[in-house]
Order: sequence, then C-alpha cells, then structure tokens
Amino acid sequence: MSNGTLLLVALALPFLGSIAAGFLPTHARNAAAVLAGSVAVAGAGIVVFLYAGIADGEPVRLWLPWLPMLGLDFTLRLDGLAWLFAILIFGIGALVVLYARYYMSREDPVPRFFSFLLAFMGSMIGIVASGNLVQLVFFWELTSLFSFLLIGYWHHSATARDGARMALTVTGMGGLCLLIGVLLIGRIVGSYDVDQVLEARDLIVDSSLYEPALVLILLGAFTKSAQFPFHFWLPHAMAAPTPVSAYLHSATMVKAGIFLLMRLWPVMAGTDAWFYLVVPAGLVTLLIGAFIAIFQQDLKGLLAYSTISHLGLITLLLGLGSPLAAVAAVFHTLNHAIFKASLFMAAGIIDHETGTRDLRKLSGLYRYMPFTATLAMVAAAAMAGVPLLNGFISKEMFFAEAVAEHTGSLLDDSLPYWATLAGVFSVTYSLRFILGVFFGPPPVGLAHRPHEPAHWMRFPIELLVLICLMIGIVPSLTVGPVLATAVSGLLESAPPYYSLALWHGFTLPLLMSFIALAGGVLLYVALRRYLESGIEGPPLLRDFKGQRIFEKLLVTISWQWARAAEAALGTRHLQPQMRIVVALAVAAALSPFIVNGAVGAGGLPGSPVAPAFALLWAVGIACALSAAYQAKYHRFAALVLVGGAGLVTCVTFIWLSAPDLAVTQLLVEIVTTVLLLLGLRWLPKRIENVYPSRPPLKVLVRRCIDLSISCSLGGLMAFLAYCLMTRPVPDTVSRFFVERAYTEGGGRNIVNVILVDFRGFDTMGEIVVLCLAALTIFALLRRFRPAPESIAAPEQQRVQNAYDEAEPDRSPGDTVTDYMLIPRLIMNWLFPVIAVFAVYLFIRGHDLPGGGFAAGITLSIAFVVQYMASGTRWVEDHLRVLPLRWMGIGVLTSAATGAGSWWFGYPFLTSHFQYLDIPFIGKVPAASALLFDLGVFFLVVGATVLILIALAHQSLRSSRAAQAAEGGD
Amino acid sequence: MEIILSIGIGVFAASGVWLILRPRTYQVIIGLSLISYAVNLFIFAMAGGGLRVDAPPIIASGTAGDPSALADPIPQALVLTAIVIGFAMTALFLVVLLAARGRTGTDHVDGREPER
Repeated sequence: MSNGTLLLVALALPFLGSIAAGFLPTHARNAAAVLAGSVAVAGAGIVVFLYAGIADGEPVRLWLPWLPMLGLDFTLRLDGLAWLFAILIFGIGALVVLYARYYMSREDPVPRFFSFLLAFMGSMIGIVASGNLVQLVFFWELTSLFSFLLIGYWHHSATARDGARMALTVTGMGGLCLLIGVLLIGRIVGSYDVDQVLEARDLIVDSSLYEPALVLILLGAFTKSAQFPFHFWLPHAMAAPTPVSAYLHSATMVKAGIFLLMRLWPVMAGTDAWFYLVVPAGLVTLLIGAFIAIFQQDLKGLLAYSTISHLGLITLLLGLGSPLAAVAAVFHTLNHAIFKASLFMAAGIIDHETGTRDLRKLSGLYRYMPFTATLAMVAAAAMAGVPLLNGFISKEMFFAEAVAEHTGSLLDDSLPYWATLAGVFSVTYSLRFILGVFFGPPPVGLAHRPHEPAHWMRFPIELLVLICLMIGIVPSLTVGPVLATAVSGLLESAPPYYSLALWHGFTLPLLMSFIALAGGVLLYVALRRYLESGIEGPPLLRDFKGQRIFEKLLVTISWQWARAAEAALGTRHLQPQMRIVVALAVAAALSPFIVNGAVGAGGLPGSPVAPAFALLWAVGIACALSAAYQAKYHRFAALVLVGGAGLVTCVTFIWLSAPDLAVTQLLVEIVTTVLLLLGLRWLPKRIENVYPSRPPLKVLVRRCIDLSISCSLGGLMAFLAYCLMTRPVPDTVSRFFVERAYTEGGGRNIVNVILVDFRGFDTMGEIVVLCLAALTIFALLRRFRPAPESIAAPEQQRVQNAYDEAEPDRSPGDTVTDYMLIPRLIMNWLFPVIAVFAVYLFIRGHDLPGGGFAAGITLSIAFVVQYMASGTRWVEDHLRVLPLRWMGIGVLTSAATGAGSWWFGYPFLTSHFQYLDIPFIGKVPAASALLFDLGVFFLVVGATVLILIALAHQSLRSSRAAQAAEGGD
Repeated sequence: MEIILSIGIGVFAASGVWLILRPRTYQVIIGLSLISYAVNLFIFAMAGGGLRVDAPPIIASGTAGDPSALADPIPQALVLTAIVIGFAMTALFLVVLLAARGRTGTDHVDGREPER
C-alpha cells in the first residue's frame, strides 16, 4: 500500500468508525470506547509510520481527480506541519477516548458520543491533510457541524444547546467568509491546489484582491480560534462534556484556525496588512483572555479563558511575520495542546469526583486526591511558564520575539511590556487554579467525599504531564526533530537557526520570565481578598458581554428584520404572487426586444390560409374566451368549453401532420374530462351575487390589471409565435432521427421511435413521473376529508331515491338502473371492443400512429366506461382491477428491458430489432423497443385507472360516512 | 395559416393567464389546461420547415427518411410527452384542490375566504 493510500485510510477510518459506532446499542459504552480507541490508535500508528518520508522533506500526497476542469479534486497532502497536527489529533484523541470511557455516565447514550467524536476527529484530519483549499474548507465546515453536535451532546440542558448554537453560528459564519476568501485565492492563483498556492506568494501579495482575501480568511481563522472579538463562543462551549472540551479546546477545533494561519503563512504573512490585522487581534486576545481568566469562578471557565489567551499568543506570534516567531508559534501550539488537554481532564476529574466546578466551593482537595493534584499542579505550572516544563521554553521564545524588532512601529516597540503583563496574568490564574482547588481548608458542602479517580481515567493526564516534563527538560532530544520537520513544512524552506536549550544565559527574556513569575505571585496575593469575596466576572469588563451583543444581533436579524421584511414583502395571498410571476415573465420575454431593438415578422411566405382552418380557430377562440368567462359560476359549461378548445387543438394537430399528437390529445381529453367531472361533485356550491350591486372600485382595478397582464402575455406569445413561424429554423437533430428511424430503430413512425428508442431514457423518466403523480393522488385521497356540505348524496340521487322509496314496488336505486339500462348494455359490450382497439394501437405504434401511451389510455378508458355504466360496486364485484400491480409491472418491464442491454454489453436502453418471419402472418418487426413500449403501456393503464378509481371511490366512502353519521344519530 | 395559429395560441394563453389570476381553484385548473394547450401548440409550431400539411413523420418501409419531405418529428415527440405529463399534473392539481377544499372549507386559492 502506498503512503498516499495509507493516508486516505487514516482519513477514512474515523468516519467509518463513526458510522459503526452510530449503529451500536445505546448503552454499549465499552464497545464504543474500544472501537473509538482503536481507530484513534490505528490512525496515530499510520501517521507515525508516515513520518520517515515526511522528515526527508517530501510530503505524502494522494490525488484523485473529481472535477479537474474546475480545479476541484480530492487531494491529500501531509507535510511536516500537517503531520504535527495529525499526531496531536490522533494522539490526544486516543487519550480523550480513554478518559471519556470513565468520564461518561452509564446513563448517557455513549456510542452516539463516540460517533460524533470520531466524525469530528476525521474532519480535523481532513483539514490538516487537505491538499486543496476548497476541500479544506469543506472539512472545516464539517468540524463546525460536529463540534455543534458534541457541544450540544447533553441536549436536555439549555446551556448546552445555547452554547452549541452559538459556536455553530460564529464558526459557521467564519467558515463562509473563509470559503469566499479561498475562492478569491483560487482566482488570484488560478488553482486551489495547496502546492501551487504555496508557490505563488508574489502573485498573491501583489494582487489587488489580496486585502479582501486576507480579511475574509482571517475572519474564518479568528472565529474558529476564538480571537477577540469572536472569543465569546468558547466559554459557552464549556457546557459540553469535559472530554469534548479537553479535545476541542486543546488540540483540535480552536487549533484549526491556527493551522490555517500557519498553512497560508508563507504566502500571506509579512505584509503590513497582515501585521496590523493579526498582531493587534492576537495581543488583545492574549491580554483580555488572561485578565478575565483570573476572575473566573468556574474551573472550566478559567481554563477556557486561558485557552483564549494562549490562542491569542500564538496568533500574535504568527502575526509578527518572522520565521523565528513562526517557530515559536508551532512549538507553543504543541505545548499548549499537551498541558491544556491534561488540565481540562484534571478539571473533569475534580468535577466528576466532587460534583462541582465552582472555585468558591472547592478547596483543600490535595488531601483527598494527591496524585491528581500533583499532576494538575505540574500541568498548571507548565501553563504558567515555570522552568523545566515545556511551557517555559515556548514562552521564553515568545518573550524573545516580543523583544526583537519587526516593523519598528509603536505597537512593535511596546510588545515586550504587553508580553510581560500577559505573563504576569497567566502566572496569577495558574496560581489561582492550584491554590484555590488543592490547598486551603477542607471543602464543605460537597455532594460526596472526593477520592482519587479510577487509574485509567488518570492515565492520560499522567502521560501528558510526563511529556510536559520531557519536553521541558530535554527539549532537543525529544521534540527537536519533530519541531524541525513541522517548521520546515510551515516555512516551505529550511528553518532558521534556533536553540531549544533550557539555558541561554542571563538574557532579557529570562528577566521577563522572572518578572512575570514574581509579578504573578504578587498580583495573586494582592487580589486574594477580592477573589475570595466570590464576585462573578472580572472588574472593568464585567458588564461587557460578547454573548449579549451576539444574542441581540441574532434577535435583530432573525426576528425583527425578518418580520419587517415579511411585513413589507410577504403575502399570504396567492394572487399577488401569481401576478408578479406572470408580469416578470412578460418583462423577461420583452427585455431582448428592448435591448436589441424590435423585430418584425420573418421573411418566409407562409402557407395559404384554408377557410376551414380559420373557421376551426374561430370556434377555438370562442371556446377559450367563454371558458375564461364562465369558469367562476358555470363550472360544467366551462368544462365543456375547455373540451372544445382541446378538440380544436386536436384537429390542428391532425391538420398539421401530427397524427400521433392528435390521437394522444383526444384520448387524454376524454380522460381529463371524466376526471374533472368526478371532481366537480366535491366543489362548493357557487356563491351567488358576491357583489349585489356592482363590484367595488378596488376589485375593478384588480381585474383591469389582470386583464392587461393576460392580454399583454397573450399578445406577446402570439407575436413571438408568428415571428418564429415565419423564420427558417436552423438544422436540428431532427435530420439524425429522420434518417435513422427505420435503418437503426426499425420503425416507420419516427415520433414513436424517438420516444421508445432514441430518447427512451427520457420516456422512462416521464413514466416514472406519471407513476409518482398517480401514487401521490392515491395517497392524498386515502386521507381525503370532504367538506361537510358535500358529504350528502347529490340532489339528483336524493330525488330519485325519494321517488323509489315512495313507490311500493321499487327499491332505492331502481330509477338510475332503469335509466342506464341500454347505455349500460352497450357500454358493457364496448369493453372488449375498446380493449382490442388498445391492443391494435399498441402493435401498430412502431410503424403508424399509436403506441404505448395511446394504447394505455385507451384501455383505461375501457375500464372507466365500465365504472360509469355499472357503478363502482358492480365493476369491482365482477372485475379485479389492480392498478398498483399494473404500474409496478410497467416500471419493471421498462427498466428490465433497458437493463437487458447490459447483458449484451451495451449501455442502458440500447435497443435491438429484427424482422421475424411468422407463418401465415409474414414478416413482423420485433424490436426490443416494443417491449419497452409494453412497459409504458402497462404503466399508463395502471396510473390512469388508479387516479380515476381513487377519485370515484370517494363518493362510495363518503356515502358510507354519511350513512354511518345518520345511523349514529 | 401561421397568423391564425399565432392568434389562436395568443388567445388561449391570454384566457389561461386570466384564469390563473382568479381567486377560485376551479378557475385556476381550467386556466392551466388552456395554458398547456397554448404552450403545446407553441412548441409544436416551432418545427423545422414550418407548418406542413399532409406530411406526417412516417416513412416508407426499408428506407432512410428524407427530412425535407416530412414534418419535423422532434417538437411532436416533445409535445407528446408534454400532453401526458400535463394530464398527470392536472389530475394531481385537481386532487390537491379537493383536499384543500375538504380541509379548509373553501375553494379560494388562499385557503380562506377574503375579508369583505
């Protein structure tokens, strides 16, 4: 297996594991944990295996073309930088899984938790291993989605839901900005491929689109990495289960933004715009985060704000734009991931064992859980930057960079002071974490007596703290090579000289470290009384709540503006909407004439006018106009008139050489009329005299507008039709069909050959539409509730039944039977005739007008005629009609005919024909298309009959309902 | 011929549009039928070679057809499909109309009677 494929496996494993975990039983806690753990360990194993090649400077690549012409391919690319993140994602992921196994309660649906966690892990790997920027954004959005699910895992809690929603809104908006930014980059460079983008620094920086792209990409990165002013979502995400916080806010989610900044650092950093956008954001985040962290009363809140502060530190370093600062940024990313994960886990243990995270309630826990306390203290010391721990070295590098000269501006010159101040704050909040929780008097009022957790729950912290110590004491032996690989991946060139040694002599950074440590202790002592007073929130900034602004904004946009827009633009009336649609259509059709100038009729002479044709259309026009006039009050008349218009259409088709259309139109006309007749029964009685005198002015104006709209549309359509008919039509594919219909399709009726052979796939889709429409109608009518006043038997039936009941020798229904006696006899006899005619239409279809559609509708008419003559009950006692079966057989026959050509190695629906010599009959054409047409025939019969019967049955059902209602009274 | 057919198409379309702008569902359904006649005829009239009388697209046995002697089959094939789909849509709309009438008690397109 090549390295690229291995990388693909590492990416796919978490997603596959996620699906598998989703199918586990709800309380299979151990199985899910083992599954998730083995996926993470396997992924880490693969990533470690890939290290050798990457350390030599050659990224692992995999390229699977998808839409190469759009520059969208599935590309994987794992270089040194991505490798470092990948190992953090899988490594810390494995530890989090182990921890979560003990942390999660037996009552929670734990497999779902692991399913989300694995999917999140896969999305993170997708971000770091993407070799295509659009693909990166795709995985970026996936992390937003899965983090939403993870933060909201305890969805019964309102804070969890709010926190999840806020995180999704903020990071999702950022993701959108990022997508646009990436598209701009693609436009500048001409490719989304990371390799090509990384080589195009000059192109990008000199482009006029550089600033917009930069701002958009930074918005994406800053929202994800919780930089000021988008930091407020992170503390609210603490409503998530602690393993989620430990994972998302140490090594993964928030580091995605950092990763993006690092990924694009070689091509976007080092400009003034970059410096003045990134450095202030990082600096403000660093200071505000650290300051607020000091005053948190919630253990996880303290860690959350400290995370914000550390992310600010990394962002600040990346903003400086110097290679050495980038080295420090990478190193601090690694260190922060390690100590912050262990601190979150420790906080989770404290919460788990004491039942609270409130610093005002916790104290003196050292005597109950000395091991955990010791581990947490070491990790907190790393966070504070105490020597011999990993945090010290990277913080030292940060101080050195703060001192170094970058742009020479006031901001740059003041950096050392700000950096030291941030160091002071971080020492203070670390001290508060340690002293507040583990020392002091024994806690009072806890739910139960705290004790050490299960050993395996503590194991991840032990391992992480051990790594903190190893990096802190012998950095060059442990982390040196990995850091070098990562840095060369980031810089796309050989790394600058840097020393990972613990001792650099008495330097300015060392002095700053010392001041920070001493200052932090002093500040803690000074603030101690204030902190013990138990006031929530930091001074000065207490009333500034990002969350409140965010919610205000949401309410404004999604409620106030939406309502205003709805009030201004929305309507619950259909007619104004239709008016706008039609008017827009007219305007759109007119616009070419306005833009390009008016045109007149074309030059073709046209065919001579036949008087009969003119007369025919005079009738047609009269029918259409009177139908429009009568449709409101005289429904039946309107139906007859529309039928007249349909017949005129039908004759026009015959006249103008379209026999197939005429046949189909005529048959459809019959069925439609029957259908509408069946429907008329359920419509309300007409409203007489809505406007007793004359309609109000408003109504008249509305009618005038409608009249002008419809007249202009009609006039435009007539004009267009005339213009087009008097112009020659360019050569179309018609020639192809006409020339090949017989020689290749084996049929003389070209229209039919097109439908069942050349464009068979279209017809297939069409019959499926018909099928779906019929099924929808069937489903709608199953739950049909007629209006109360339509339930009673129609007036005519009532009169007849009353007459029958009055006569002693008649039973109800006799009158109608008598009336129908002769028609019924004829119609019953017509059944075989119509059926034979349908078969005839079907067989001749390939050569002469006819075909599956026409034959199908004809046969369904044969059925409907029986229903009309004898009534639903009689027909269903004598004839088993199973329209659903007909439809099923039809679809399957057509599909099987189409699929049959696969058997012979041809594409779907390739047809074959030959002439069979049948004794006594002679040569008969036999095309596989005929079989396809048979499917069409079956389906059309089934669908049409189903529609008509479903509607006809309603009167049976409702009369039953009416009887039941009467019986109940 | 062309001018008559164009005027006919125009009138069908205008009547249909007038009806779909009306407030009662039955008017809308009648209007849709008229519009579909108009549109089908419009498409049909776009045939290459213009309107032809006595030239149905049916060829003699065993030959390749001559495009200049026959009516254009493509618009016919398109319209044939459109007729069938139009039928399905009319049926579906009719049932939706009836269901809405049963549920809301009115046949107004808005699902409720306008306030007067």
